[in-house]
Amino acid sequence: MQTQVENTRARQRARRPDFLHTILIVTAFAIPVIATLCLYALINGSLDSLQAFGFGFLTSSQWIPNPPNGGPPILGALPAMYGSVVTTAIALLFAVPISLGIALFQSELAPRKLRLPSIFLVELLAAVPSVVYGLWGILFLVPFMSNYVDPGLLGSLGFLPIFQGETNGLGMLTAGVILAIMIIPYGAAVMREVVTAVPRAQREACIALGGTKWETMRMAVIPYASTGIIAAVVLAMGRAIGETMAVTMVIGNVARITPSLFVPAETIPSVIANEFTEVAGNGVYLAALFELALILFAIAFVMNLIGRLLITRLAFHGKVSHNV
Amino acid sequence: MIHMSNTNKNSKRNIAIVALVIVITAAVAGGYYFSTSSSSSTQTTSMQEISSMMSETSPMTTEQSMMTSETMTSQTMISMTSSVAAWQPTSSVQVIAAGATFPQPLIQKWTVTYNQIYPDVTISYSGIGSGGGIQQITAKVVDFGASDAPLSNAQLAAAPGLTLFPETLGGVAITYNLATYGIPNNTTLRFTSSVIAGIYMGVIQKWNDPALVALNPGIPLPDAHITAVHRSDGSGTTFAFTNFLSVTDPNWAAQVGYSTSVTWPVDTAPGALGVGGKGNPGVAGAVKNTNGAIGYVDLIYAIENNLGVGAVENAAGNWIVPSIQTVLWAAQNATGTPNPADLRLHIVNAQGPQSYPIATYTYLLVYRDLSLNPGTTLAKAQAMAHFFWWAIHDGQQYAPALDYVPLPANVVAADEQLLLTLNYAGTPLLP
Amino acid sequence: MVLATLAFLIALVPLLSILYQTIANGYSALNIDFFTQITPPIGGAGGGIINAIEGSLVMVGIASLIGIPIGLFTGAYLYEYPGRLANNLRLVGEVLTGVPSIVTGIVVYVVIVATLHHFSALSGGIALSFMMIPIVAISTHESLKLVPSSIKEGGLALGVSRPKTLIYILVSTAKSGIVTGIAISVARIMGETAPLLFTALGNQFMMNSIYDPAESMTVLIYDYGTSPYPTAHAFAWGAALILLLLVLGLNMVVRVASRLKPTTPI
Repeated sequence: MQTQVENTRARQRARRPDFLHTILIVTAFAIPVIATLCLYALINGSLDSLQAFGFGFLTSSQWIPNPPNGGPPILGALPAMYGSVVTTAIALLFAVPISLGIALFQSELAPRKLRLPSIFLVELLAAVPSVVYGLWGILFLVPFMSNYVDPGLLGSLGFLPIFQGETNGLGMLTAGVILAIMIIPYGAAVMREVVTAVPRAQREACIALGGTKWETMRMAVIPYASTGIIAAVVLAMGRAIGETMAVTMVIGNVARITPSLFVPAETIPSVIANEFTEVAGNGVYLAALFELALILFAIAFVMNLIGRLLITRLAFHGKVSHNV
Repeated sequence: MIHMSNTNKNSKRNIAIVALVIVITAAVAGGYYFSTSSSSSTQTTSMQEISSMMSETSPMTTEQSMMTSETMTSQTMISMTSSVAAWQPTSSVQVIAAGATFPQPLIQKWTVTYNQIYPDVTISYSGIGSGGGIQQITAKVVDFGASDAPLSNAQLAAAPGLTLFPETLGGVAITYNLATYGIPNNTTLRFTSSVIAGIYMGVIQKWNDPALVALNPGIPLPDAHITAVHRSDGSGTTFAFTNFLSVTDPNWAAQVGYSTSVTWPVDTAPGALGVGGKGNPGVAGAVKNTNGAIGYVDLIYAIENNLGVGAVENAAGNWIVPSIQTVLWAAQNATGTPNPADLRLHIVNAQGPQSYPIATYTYLLVYRDLSLNPGTTLAKAQAMAHFFWWAIHDGQQYAPALDYVPLPANVVAADEQLLLTLNYAGTPLLP
Repeated sequence: MVLATLAFLIALVPLLSILYQTIANGYSALNIDFFTQITPPIGGAGGGIINAIEGSLVMVGIASLIGIPIGLFTGAYLYEYPGRLANNLRLVGEVLTGVPSIVTGIVVYVVIVATLHHFSALSGGIALSFMMIPIVAISTHESLKLVPSSIKEGGLALGVSRPKTLIYILVSTAKSGIVTGIAISVARIMGETAPLLFTALGNQFMMNSIYDPAESMTVLIYDYGTSPYPTAHAFAWGAALILLLLVLGLNMVVRVASRLKPTTPI
């Protein structure tokens, strides 16, 4: 029931212009502006390729930019798309559980004294520039994978088609591992904040009902923080799918689709990074690279939509009860 | 809200800051201490050494006529050089350049040295790739560009008024890794162009293929798969390598061709192993990490990284190991009398008994009329022209220390002819 | 529980390996000259990274000046006025976080550099801010969402106006998450190479103004690290070490400036 004072206040507020809204919405339009600029530049740049290849670009796996007889390029995006999706999936497979584990460790389990140093250490991982990851990858990770991990997997799980083939360390598995390492700090940082912000009341309620620490985490904390956790995964996925430098240096760069994870492959950013600076004056080739970037946009869009669906599903099923 | 007590927070923050300061100080101090013992020396080869290298002629009659024309032009050029050297910049200028990564170390050495001679002239060069250099100079966003591969007619047509001239050259080495099979890196394997083409087309798949065994009798080539490493990014190295294969192997010319970036049959041929490495270090790293790998890298990488290097059969039928000397011979014997109107020179598979067959020039790209580039003043144009003149003369002495090959005399003469045509809206810039 | 600790330890392994490699390969390049001289030509002796430090700090500074306020306000908008527009904005923002950095660089090149015929530190900073804004906006939004509604309603019930509630109550409660978002985005852009290649290019000398091309630490590490000369490699690792320390220092500054650690709310 509204009192006299509340009525006056409401009327006053209705008459006063909402400056907050104006200021905030003006700045918020930065994001659509950026997106529009990106789309404009990409679509404009890829017109030649859209015209030349049409829909077939998405289904073709041939990549012949300079045919020997001087003919027009024959290009297809499928190997790059495949590589992008697979490496991101591998990265998320490793990174999400590890990030969640770290977040829980830092917020719930670590003794007070260890907490800040552990946060500091994980953020160090984020501080490493991607080019240093690439150099470290070539120097250390690739030989490590090719001498120990790949043969081990070949020996033990070699009946699976994903673990077959020659191993020289350059391939989707190594790229997935390096991506996982790179996105762990992002996932962990956001997940930690989200888990920490779960109200004490939720935890105390669970403990009061007789739950152990693990059960509290599993039944009270994680479900409450689930939308935030998914947001963290989405942020991490964005990082993984767009990573250029480190992946380009360890993935082997061959336009091919095979089930094996050991074999050199490519991702969309690696193709763009490798070939963009060398395509001067070649209209369709350059446009095809722009079109690849556009496709990446679309893939990121779809993956985000899937994340969205997961969030709304969880909210709908009543596992989450705070204001969204 | 629950806060940590202030003193606890403050003390933790202070500890963190002090720790950071200690780490940085320790790093600096330690580095200072250790660095005094290690300092690499850049020897600048004297002009004398260079001229002695260049005068080692292989017995070809064309050499004689080149020498006489060289002395004739050099007489007129001596007076030109002295008047050029007397130039002083009239105002402070800043020049921005970008292009190929292959000549980056040499060009950067030139710009820094030139800045020491003429502090008013600041030239900055960034290596973003040959294609980047072509893109940027065509769009007139930089003042001059650089490219390993010569521009095609289409590319020149897209940038009217653009011209190019070679400023240095290099070679492409074939490297391999058979150490685990008992063949150490200092063993020189022999290759012909058809064998190399066969490997990169996925036809020759094992090291003990009869073709390879025939070329290398007495060397225990193993029954192992060949991993053929190539470049994943576009590059002038690939251009020179595939150009050589196209010129010497008709199969390759028909199936693959030559360009800064090609489609490698070895990647998709059944039973064959192909890998793409990013940049020269990517290829070198892949070769080092893979037993039974073969790859092609810039000569400089082979020299600086002690990779196993193969001898390639040249046009005269000799087995030549790449070095600064053998590449220089290739340039001297192949170039003849270059035409200043079109300085796109191909020197692969050059004549001459000791010429290395896989050699390539690299080019600087600039507008003949420098006023075509917006933001270029007369002072800047003069500075650029004088810098180019200096680079092809005095600048060449810095090449060998960085493992680059100095320009042969006939190419310097042709470059001079081209530089004399540089102008600013009609006003010649040199002398 | 053991799993969580194990996860933490697994993450530490590559970190320690990277730190070891960086320090082992880079300490030999550190000396006083390293911090006071401009970059030497690749393969040359001596020289330092002062122009790269200047370039990186200037461009990250520009990006932060643009990106932090816009990101914060956008996140606040998404929180204060939820609805279809906000939902769509958020979706677009999430997609933008997945844009490869090289594409951002190409876009800014097409829009700014090609039209002005000039590479500059300013366009580099703008490209970096394009990457920063979505990250800051999304993490701000998430942090604000996590503030229990009781606190917001308490403020409004006491008659505090909406903007003031936002600034003084909500943001200070969510400070920790917001600051984390800013810190990770600053760390991310300081480590980016590709966008700067097409916008700021590189500079062998110090900049005269933000309209000049600028060298950056990451481009330097890439150029020197992928050159053939071993002296250049050591130089690159030394620069990588300094970059790491710089990023950590910035992180520390950001946290200290807001004077907090992640707090446990009531």
